[in-house]
Formats: sequence, structure tokens, C-alpha cells
Amino acid sequence: MVVAMTRTTTNAIEVRGLVKHFGDTKALDGVDLDVKEGTVLGVLGPNGAGKTTLVRCLSTLLRPDAGTATVAGYDVVRQPRALRRTIGLTGQYASVDEKLSGRENLYMIGRLLDLSRTEARRRADELLERFSLTDAARKAAMDYSGGMRRRLDLAASMIGSPAVLYLDEPTTGLDPRTRNEVWAEVRRMVREERVTVLLTTQYMEEAEQLAGELAVIDSGRVVAGGRVDELKARVGGRTLRIRPVDQADLQKIADALAAAGLDGVAGAHVTDGAVTVPILTDIQLTAVVTLLGRSGVTLAGIDTQLPSLDEVFLAITGQKATTTQDTATAHELEEVAV
Amino acid sequence: MSAAVLTKPALPVTDEGRIGLRANLRHIGALARRNMLQIKKDPESMFDVLIMPIIFTLLFVYVFGGAISGNGNQDEYVNYLIPGLMAMMGMNIAMAVGTGVNDDFKKGVMDRFRSMPIARSSVLIGKIVVELGRMVVAVTILLAMGFLVGFEADSVPGLLASVALSLGFGVSLMWIFILLGLSLSSPQAVQGMAMIVLMPLQFGSSIFAPTSTMPGWLQSFTDVNPLSNLADAARALTQGGSVGNSVWITLAWAVGITVVTAPLAVAKFRKAA
Repeated sequence: MVVAMTRTTTNAIEVRGLVKHFGDTKALDGVDLDVKEGTVLGVLGPNGAGKTTLVRCLSTLLRPDAGTATVAGYDVVRQPRALRRTIGLTGQYASVDEKLSGRENLYMIGRLLDLSRTEARRRADELLERFSLTDAARKAAMDYSGGMRRRLDLAASMIGSPAVLYLDEPTTGLDPRTRNEVWAEVRRMVREERVTVLLTTQYMEEAEQLAGELAVIDSGRVVAGGRVDELKARVGGRTLRIRPVDQADLQKIADALAAAGLDGVAGAHVTDGAVTVPILTDIQLTAVVTLLGRSGVTLAGIDTQLPSLDEVFLAITGQKATTTQDTATAHELEEVAV
Repeated sequence: MSAAVLTKPALPVTDEGRIGLRANLRHIGALARRNMLQIKKDPESMFDVLIMPIIFTLLFVYVFGGAISGNGNQDEYVNYLIPGLMAMMGMNIAMAVGTGVNDDFKKGVMDRFRSMPIARSSVLIGKIVVELGRMVVAVTILLAMGFLVGFEADSVPGLLASVALSLGFGVSLMWIFILLGLSLSSPQAVQGMAMIVLMPLQFGSSIFAPTSTMPGWLQSFTDVNPLSNLADAARALTQGGSVGNSVWITLAWAVGITVVTAPLAVAKFRKAA
């Protein structure tokens, strides 16, 4: 009955009051979450906030101590086998066999998902092609670059065409170019496969790039949630940084911005050889840039920056994120559900 | 009456998505193939299986054989030693399974296996299937080496029976070492622990020398040592002596060890973080 009810809703993931202890540490302290079908939820939080524990509970690797969680209508504790058929998991650490080649890895996973030999081979080649790994198909995964390995990991998660995909810090430790590649893959997967994604990240920028909604998590609790633009408005949006060629122009720019009295633009100040201005909307950004163009100052550089995770926490909770404990040490204490 | 309604029943884990036998065998096959491919990528990992039987045969026959049999009578000792070494091969390879499991099961790919719709035991059984193959290779080389230095078997069925018994006992030992491999923190710890268990069992047995010259207190240990039973059974099967109860006792040990340690190992694998 419960199953039938939850299946008819449009939430692919429903989490209610989820609790998980490791000894005295509460890794999850009553988490509530909903992820609508076909959307991406970004779970944003510092190290040790409970992000990985949440993903491990939702993928049946850990049994929660209290609360409930259903994924695609299946209960994580009571229906683990059926649930495993509907999920794909890409962990913080590459979850492929390092010694096997890309194709061998994908073929193996296809066979474990009950594809026939022919079908497993076909699916492996198809995914290698789609994730631009065909040239490296016969190379051992340990010889892949960081970005290739993450792409192989994503491909491995997609073999069973899961309804729900967990991406646990998919770009941690990647350089910016490779990070962009992974983001592009994730966006394409969401667009083309209509997969529901729960993404954990430490980066506001990553959340903004990929997620429609955000849950900010700290010390095992969801401390804020909502659409990305709503949260951004609360946090204060972007910061525009303007660097003139001549340092003498710094004060001139700041004064010009202050004098113009642009709607909602306030608090331009000079730091570190640049003028920084908090920006909330694209209209404000355009107005500031137009003003700069008219001012006749020669510019060396201009860029926008998203708030850091710390700034997000500061704005939302009024305090710094509490880094309770490193997630890696938490793993050693973990117990696993059936 | 109403009390029963108020008490929330504990809902059982459903059978939905249960894994059938055919699917289970297919999963074991895919995972065994993974272990085979790992060996193919890393051929050095076969050195123990290929070299150990040769070294042990030469070492014991020519260094100790003459002394043990008296008057440099190595030929007689070969027939005593080879069945014993069969027992030892199983034990040594089983130990390697422990260190291999310890290293392998910390890898990220294990999280993927645990989050997939497969029986978790299939990961362990896939490993055992391949290790059994390695045992077959080791015993084959041992016998080839044995025949080269003058080993003689009484009958082919007897020889095959002794091989089967050694392999069966070896597989049961693998469960112990898998459990050890999943319980200890590093491959070095597994190796160290295994040596502590292995040395007295191997040398405090009838594998290398008859126990009749050993002191009484040691004999009471060697008599119950399952490796002595296995070595005696293999010897009787290949040399045509009286088998007695040694075959049954060895089988009982193998079944007993498996029944106790296999469920513990699977449970440990489930819980390993």
C-alpha cells in the first residue's frame, strides 16, 4: 500500500527524518529531502556535513538508524534489492576496476545487470562512444586521466539506465577544464535520459551549474533549501571584480559607481588592486558595465565570482560551516544495511 | 485487541527483486572473469603458483629427503612428500586469497558491487572460483615436478581422489583467510597473522616427516591437525595404503570450516565500509 502511494507521486526521492550515527557522531541528524522526478538536487555542504553518508544510505550501502527514505518508490531498508535495480552510483573515488580496461569494466557491469553477452557488448560500446572514450576503450582504467576516469565512472553508472543517479562530489580534485567536461556530461544525461540526479558538492559554482534546487547541509541537517536563484538572492549573488590598468583609477571607478546610484548596487569598495561590487541580477551587471564603458577608464580585467561555500553559510545561517569530521574517517566506522 | 493494532508490526524485508540461481551463476561468472583479467594484466601474480611447487619439491627432496629417509634414499621420500605438498599448496594459496581480498576490497569498485542488484556472496564466490583454478595449476605443476623426480602413484582414480580432496580442503581454508582478509587492516597484517597460524600447522603435521619420531605432546597436536589427516589421506590414496578414516575426517573438517566461516565472511563483506 505504502509502495503504491509513493509511486504515484512525482518525487523520485523522499527522505524523512533520516538519522545515522557513527558511535557518538551524528552523521545524519534528521534529514528531510524531496527530489522531483527528472530534476537535479544539489546537496551543498562542507566536508563532514553528512553528504556522503546520505548518499550511502540512499544507495543501501548503509542502514539508517531512524527515519525513512524511498527511492523510485522503494524503501531503502525494506526493499533494498528492488531499489538497487533503479539506481546508479558515482562515488567520490572512482568506482571502476583500475586494472580492467574501460570496455572490460562496462561489459562486466552489463553482465552483472543481467544483459546478455551481445547486449552487454553493444551497450558498452555505445556508452564508450557517448562518453568519448572509444579511443581509450582498451586501455586500463589506471592509465586514464582524471577526467576520463570520471567519465568512465559515469558511463558505468548509466549502463542499467537508472531512474535515479547519485553523483557524490563528481568533480572534486579535477582541474577546471576537466570539471567543465564532466558538467557537460551530467547536463546531457539529465536532458537526454530524463534521469533524476542527487548531486553532492562543496562548490556553490557546481551547484549553480547543474542543480535546479539546492539543499544546504551542515552537521547532518538541512539548514536551507530551495531553488538556486532564491538561495542566491539570499546569499547576495555574484561579486564583480574590476581591475583598471592604472591603479590611480581605482578610486575614480568606485566614486563613479557610488555617484551613479544604480538601483540595488551598493558597497563598491577597493581591495587588492581591484574594485569589487556585489551584483544580484544580470540587469545590474549590464548597468555597471555600461557605466564603466562611459567612464573612459582603461581596464586590465573584469570578472564575476560566485560566493564561496563559506559565504553561503555565513549568509544563510549567520555562522561558519562546522567541519565536524573528515568523511574518510567516518567510513571506517560505517555499518552496512542488508 | 486494540493493543495489537497499536503495535506497529516490523515490516519484513521483501523478496521483491530476489536473485534467481541462473542470474546468480551469471554474476559469479562475470566477477570471476574480472579476477581472471586482473591476473592477465598482472602475470607476476602467478609466480607463487608456478614457482612454489618446483622450489618446495626440489628443496625437500634433495636437501632434507636424504636425511629424513636415511642413507640418501630420496626416491622413497618423494612418494611420502608429494601427497603432503599437495595439502600444503592448498593452504599457501588460500593464504594469498586473504591478502588479495584485503587489498581488493578496499577499492571503490566494491561500493559499486554492493550497490548493484547482485547477491553479495557472488563477489566472494567469484574470487574463490578463480583461486581454485590457481590451485589446480599449482597441483598440476607439483605433480609434473613430482613425476620428474620419481613420484609414483598407485592408481589414477586414487591420484584424482587425492587431488580432489586437497582442492576441496583448500577451498574451505579460503573462507578462513577471506574472513581474516576482511577483518584486518592491511595486507601485511593478514600476511603476518596467516604466518602465525600457518607455520605450526604446516610443520606440526605429517606433511614433511612421519610423526613417529616426534615427542608425545607434539604428536597429540599432529594427530588432530587437519593437515596431517589430509596428508595421510592423500598418501594412502596415491600409495595404496589403508585409508582408514582420514578421508572422512578431512571432509568433515572442510565442511565444518565452511559452514562456520563462509556465513561470517559474507556478513563481514556486507558490513565492510
